[in-house]
Amino acid sequence: MRYVAKNMRLDLRLIAGMVAPGARVLDIGCGDGTLIDHLYRTHGCDARGINIDMAEVTRAIAHGLPVMHGDADTDLAQYPDDSFDYVVLSRTLQAVERPREVLRQMLRIGRHALVSFPNFGHWQLRWKLLWTGRMPNTKVWDRPWYETPNIHPCTIRDFFALAEQEGYVVERWLAVDDDGQRSPWRRFPAMANLFGEQALFQLRKA
Amino acid sequence: MLDCGSSLSRVAIAYRTYGTLNAARSNAILICHALTGDQYVAERHPVTGKGGWWDVVVGPGLPIDTDRYFVISSNVLGGCMGSTGPRTVMTQAGRDDDPAVLWGTDFPPVTIRDMVRAQKRLVEQLGIARLFAVVGGSMGGMQVLQWAASYPESVFAAVPIATAPYHSAQNIAFNEVGRQSIFADADWQQGRYWQSGAIPARGLAVARMVAHITYLSEEALTRKFGRRMRGGSLAVFNDMFEVESYLQHQGSTFVRRFDANSYLTITRACDWFDLAAEYDGNLSAAFAGTRTRFCLISFTSDWLYPTAESRAVARALNGAGANVSFVEIASDKGHDAFLLDEPDFHRTLAGFLGGCAEHAGLAA
Repeated sequence: MRYVAKNMRLDLRLIAGMVAPGARVLDIGCGDGTLIDHLYRTHGCDARGINIDMAEVTRAIAHGLPVMHGDADTDLAQYPDDSFDYVVLSRTLQAVERPREVLRQMLRIGRHALVSFPNFGHWQLRWKLLWTGRMPNTKVWDRPWYETPNIHPCTIRDFFALAEQEGYVVERWLAVDDDGQRSPWRRFPAMANLFGEQALFQLRKA
Repeated sequence: MLDCGSSLSRVAIAYRTYGTLNAARSNAILICHALTGDQYVAERHPVTGKGGWWDVVVGPGLPIDTDRYFVISSNVLGGCMGSTGPRTVMTQAGRDDDPAVLWGTDFPPVTIRDMVRAQKRLVEQLGIARLFAVVGGSMGGMQVLQWAASYPESVFAAVPIATAPYHSAQNIAFNEVGRQSIFADADWQQGRYWQSGAIPARGLAVARMVAHITYLSEEALTRKFGRRMRGGSLAVFNDMFEVESYLQHQGSTFVRRFDANSYLTITRACDWFDLAAEYDGNLSAAFAGTRTRFCLISFTSDWLYPTAESRAVARALNGAGANVSFVEIASDKGHDAFLLDEPDFHRTLAGFLGGCAEHAGLAA
């Protein structure tokens, strides 16, 4: 699985750009392990993964990647404090049972948390809800409400509010549209919340 | 010196090797066998004439690739395929051996840790300071865990398969039925059957039949036999159902290759196993500071060593900050799945070892 970075999902590429070389990284919801493989090969990281999907875990281990079957909601508690430099949660926050507790655990076991999520505040979603009066369906939010795994959708502003409430420092953040263009609204959360399809935050404890 | 306090003056460990040890002596994999396995991993068994017990896994181009790795497998201490155990001649320090006197039930109780100590001595004798990997399923997986806990610097990668950090009450209960069955056989003669040349075949066969059920799953039994009958008429004393004759066949072939006293010794070693007990009940402490890379593998239909037990080990390893891979393989074949043709399992094992080989700097 020697993917080059350009084949990687956009948010993973952005996350990879935020991780310091040689860091200890835990990727929660690591999919087939693309990010940890990339971090190991290009950044020399000690990168490990957790995934709830058994078929993906099998594939990842079969590719020689250190991945364990586990659940973000239940399998973080046993790690010692400060086990990692970065704990990554990419496009998974909206699918966990207890997002706030997962964030707490992430910042307990890691010095930094890198969290990416699809922004539910994007104008297309707002427009569809307003115009059709039905749960919006887009490329990112592509499952009907009754079978979506995304039980905790949030917006960029929601996330800022949670970080403040929990006393986390937002070290970096960015929002991108689907093509990966970030400007021109990067400094304005309200604008990002309207035009950003995906958000990426780097947090630490205060 | 054994865990029980007594000591064995001379110990023989029977072993086989496959593949070639590289110049750096860095490509050795130790395979630990299960309760009734032995060192004949990937070759014809001298007693049964059948293929090796893991010849779907170990060999050229297979998941444990003997073109790449040097594979060692030894018969456990207390076993009956050449290693010192109840069926070998009793040795006592300062005394000449009488070849007519076997250890029998005088053989001291051994533990999984004793077995692993003996393996460590063997590996040292072979001039290998660090094993690239230790791999084993079931009781072999317990040995893998013990290796990683006792000799972390000597194990680069550890693969405990379908195993547990301790024997559960249910595991012990099934073993006890087997032991009682052996005790109840008049031919057992308080363990001194070797003097008369008789063997407690009935008792040992029943022990094997009970154990064999625990190695399978309900689905596997249903798929293989269902309620199919041999005759068709109702009978009490003849075997009626195919599953009965299958089990009887398993029992009767087993007694030809296995020693009853060895069975007692080894089942006791399994029952005694509780890795955390050595560390005040804290399993993470057993692996504190370890740099070994782990891969735990369990199977969905294994009710003898269920996934929850492998998961508990994985979590304990996380608690120790260890590098852990862990997967449950979907299979309806029960505990025995690890011995059978399970492509997902084989891919996982091969991939994990391949990844570790890269980290260990082994040439491809």
